[in-house]
Order: sequence, then structure tokens, then C-alpha cells
Amino acid sequence: MEPRSFTVSYAPHVHDGSSTRRIMWSVFGALVPAAAVAVYAFGLDALRVMLLSTILCVAMEGVALLIMRRDPAACLDGSAALTGFLLGLTLPAGLSNGIIVVGAFVAVIVAKQVFGGLGHNPFNPALTSRVFLLIAFPKQLTTWPVPRGLEDIKEYMGLAVTRTTDAVTSATPLAAIKEHAQRAMPNIQLNDLFFGVHTPGSIGEISALALLLGAAFLLYRRIITWHVPVATLATVAVLGGLTHLANPAKYADPVFHLFAGGLFIGAFFMATDYVTAPVWPLGKIIYGVGIGLLTMVIRLWGGYPEGISFAILLMNAATPLLDRYTVPTPFGSRKPDKAAPGQAGGES
Amino acid sequence: MELLLLAINAMLIGNLILSKFLGICPFLGVSRRLSTALGMSMAVLFVMVLASTVTWTLFYTLLKPLHLEYLRTILFILVIASLVQLVEMVMQKLSPALYEALGIYLPLITTNCAILGVAIDSIEKGYGFLPMIVYSFFGACGFALALLLFAGIRERLETADMPKSFQGAASSLIVAGILSLAFMGFSGLVPG
Repeated sequence: MEPRSFTVSYAPHVHDGSSTRRIMWSVFGALVPAAAVAVYAFGLDALRVMLLSTILCVAMEGVALLIMRRDPAACLDGSAALTGFLLGLTLPAGLSNGIIVVGAFVAVIVAKQVFGGLGHNPFNPALTSRVFLLIAFPKQLTTWPVPRGLEDIKEYMGLAVTRTTDAVTSATPLAAIKEHAQRAMPNIQLNDLFFGVHTPGSIGEISALALLLGAAFLLYRRIITWHVPVATLATVAVLGGLTHLANPAKYADPVFHLFAGGLFIGAFFMATDYVTAPVWPLGKIIYGVGIGLLTMVIRLWGGYPEGISFAILLMNAATPLLDRYTVPTPFGSRKPDKAAPGQAGGES
Repeated sequence: MELLLLAINAMLIGNLILSKFLGICPFLGVSRRLSTALGMSMAVLFVMVLASTVTWTLFYTLLKPLHLEYLRTILFILVIASLVQLVEMVMQKLSPALYEALGIYLPLITTNCAILGVAIDSIEKGYGFLPMIVYSFFGACGFALALLLFAGIRERLETADMPKSFQGAASSLIVAGILSLAFMGFSGLVPG
């Protein structure tokens, strides 16, 4: 009888064939429509920012893995490429190359590899880097080129427009609302926010339609679950509605808050990051509500016009606590008493 | 309304640890376990409000009338140090478990710059009695918030496959830095 070899492995034995590589590239693919709209709106400058950021992130991850004597091929698992792509999508088109290099370094090295690479980073690398850049280079990160399709820039949002020799820049809708709500509000068309080809903003955030298409794909493929985005968007809508009802002249309506800024890209593509989001359904919902709440607090009353990046980072920080205290009771077991959260969280 | 602003300011915008960088030693020292972090937070909350109240009262009833304002720092240090001793004795008697858990860190509150910082800050900013209480209470809450979030992350990082050179304090400081970046999102927060 010929000898047989068996592979001994732990449960689960039924596998749907998903892998890090597949998940990462699916998310990557889901973001392509948004990137395409951006290239249409901002031209090749947007493509340059996205490509440079993606390539730099992969390259830096490879170098970091070499230095740490780990398998350098792991830099091709798609996670670094996705981080770079997401980072590029959150930056303004026309950002200088030097800043992108700094951004890629912060994202891959400081926010990820220092903690041991994929799966160990406590904060979303792309967002950490974006917030870092926003604080380190406030001027460059808020210089929004106006999309080429926009004809009458001056009338748009009733805002000051800066014309330099080679570029025309303007404020984002959220910044316009923040600066002078009354003047800007009537000029902002929902259509522009939805299709995005006329809106100044970060490369990837301008088109709600493209982002929703990508999000639908991810939901259909069950790469993300509904909990986080729905909780986030619902909270933003409710808070936006309440403040709008209280003072319609000062606060924009909830639909505007949903479609403006980086809410969609944040809620669907960044907040749902497996590594930095809670695992359990209840935790995910609390996490999503927290993101929505903090986003609106910063948008409505904070110093920055957009708060989603800060909100997600702050809730990333709360993720370990949420994971620890929202462990669901397994079916059939009795409700655990007070000591349970500690045990379930692993009192190591 | 003003008190609400003050509370938000003390807790989030001007967070003691993450934006004023006070009390970094307990922040790094007792954040290894969530349970000790919680104990430390409670101890700081208690001592901070108590110390601010006592120092504030002493400043306005003793130092100010006698024109001895220049003695402020030394007096506050003395008052805080003796208060911590008192808290330690009370805790040893009433909650030996917590006393054991805090160990060396409770006496370390003596040198917790956040306590002295808040006490002096309330005087510097000319707060009245009630704003001073609100300021020190929510300052301590902000301290607790930062400490607990940080402890949660550090517990999770214990299982992380970190490069040797970044294990321990190095990665903790990077986490603290990123957390501080995230808290900068609160800058300029004005309800209204």
C-alpha cells in the first residue's frame, strides 16, 4: 500500500477561497470608477498623484520588509498598493511629488510596518498619513484645483477663487459652507455632488455615484458588511437633519452632508478596513455611530471643514475597547455575568 | 454654555496628555493593562479635583492677601504631595486590591505634572471656583479617555509581530503620536 500524506489543519475546513490578495484587489477594483471620474475631472495630474502614491507605498513596503529580513514578496499582497491608492484618492490633485513621498513613508512605514505590518497596525495607514499631511502641510493639502469642466468658477459657491499662472483653485463645498453658509448654499447643486465632475475636492471623493458603485460591488461580494457604513451614514443624516431643522440658514441640509466631502469614501472604503475596525456586529455599529457623530461635530463646530479622517482615526483608537466589550453571547449559552468581558477579551 | 465649552476644551481640544503633553509618565507607565489604566484614571480624577480645589482655595485665601504669589509653585507641590500621601493611606485601608494594583504609580501621582499643571493653569487663567472644578474634572476625564484608549491599543499590540527595535516604548510613543494627531481634529471646536 502506498503511503498517503494528509494535511492536518484546524477548523474551519470549508473555505470560500477568499484571501488577503483577493480582498485587497477587490477593494482596489471597487475604487477604479472613482479614480476614473477623477482623471476625467482633474486630468492627468490626478493620475500622477494616484500612481505615484501607489507605487511608492509598494516600493517602501518592499524595502521595509527587506530591512526587517522578512519575505519581501509580501509587499505585493495588495495591501500596500491599496493603502497607496486610498492615500492618493484622499489627496488634492496637483500635490507636489515631495509631499507624496512623505505621505507614502508615513502610511507604510510609520503607521504599518513599525507595528509588524498587515494585521497589526492600530490605525488605518492611509488615513494616518492623510491626517499627518494635513497637519504638516496645511496649505498644500487644502489647495483644491477646480475641475476642468467648470466654466463659471466665480459664481460657483460664491467664493473667492485664486488664479495663479497655471492653476485655478477653489474651496470645497464643505469649506464653502463653513466659511459663509448663506452665500454658498444656494449655489451648490446636488447633481454636482452626485456626479462629481464639477466639484473641487480630494481626488477620490468628488463623485458620490462612482463611490456608490464601488461600494455596491463590495457589499455584493460580501467583502464589507453593511454595519459600519449604514451606522455612519444614518448618524450623519440624523444629525444633519436635526441641526438643519434647528437653524436652516446656518446648517446645510442632511442630503448635502451625506453627499459632500469624503463621507462615502470614508464610510465605505476606510472605516470598513478589517484591521482597524471592530469585529463584532454591535461593536461595528457603535463604531459607525461614533464616526458619524465625530464627523458631524467637527464639520459643524470644529476648525476643519471635513472631519471624517479624524473621526475614523479616533474610532480606530477605540476599536480594541469595542472589540473587548461587545463580544456577542454564543447561541444557546447563558448570559455571562459581570466578569465575562474580561475573560472574553483575554485577560492576558 | 460657557461651562460646557470649558468642559469640551479641557477634555478634547486641550487634552492634557495629547495636546499639552502633561502626565506622559503615567500615560506610558500604567497603560499596559486596561484594569490598571482604569484605576490610575480614577486616582487621577480624584486627586486632580481635590488638589485643584485645595490649591485654588489656598491661593486665594492665603497667598493673594499676603502678596506671596511667588510661593505658588512650591506651595502647590507641597500640597499635592501631602494629598497624594493621604489618598494612598485611605486607599490602602479601603481598597487594598486597587492599592496593590496601582503599586508604585500611586505615589508617582505626586510627581504627575498634569496635577500641578491643572492646578497652576486654573490660577493662570483666572478661573472662578466653579469653572476651576469643571476644568479639573473634565481635564481628568480627558486624561482618563486618552489613557484608556491607549491601554486598549497597547494590549492589542502585545500580540503584534513587531520588529525588535520598535517593541515597547518606541511603538507606544508612535501610537501616542498618531492619537495626538487624531485629537488635533478637535482644534477650533466651538459649539454654537
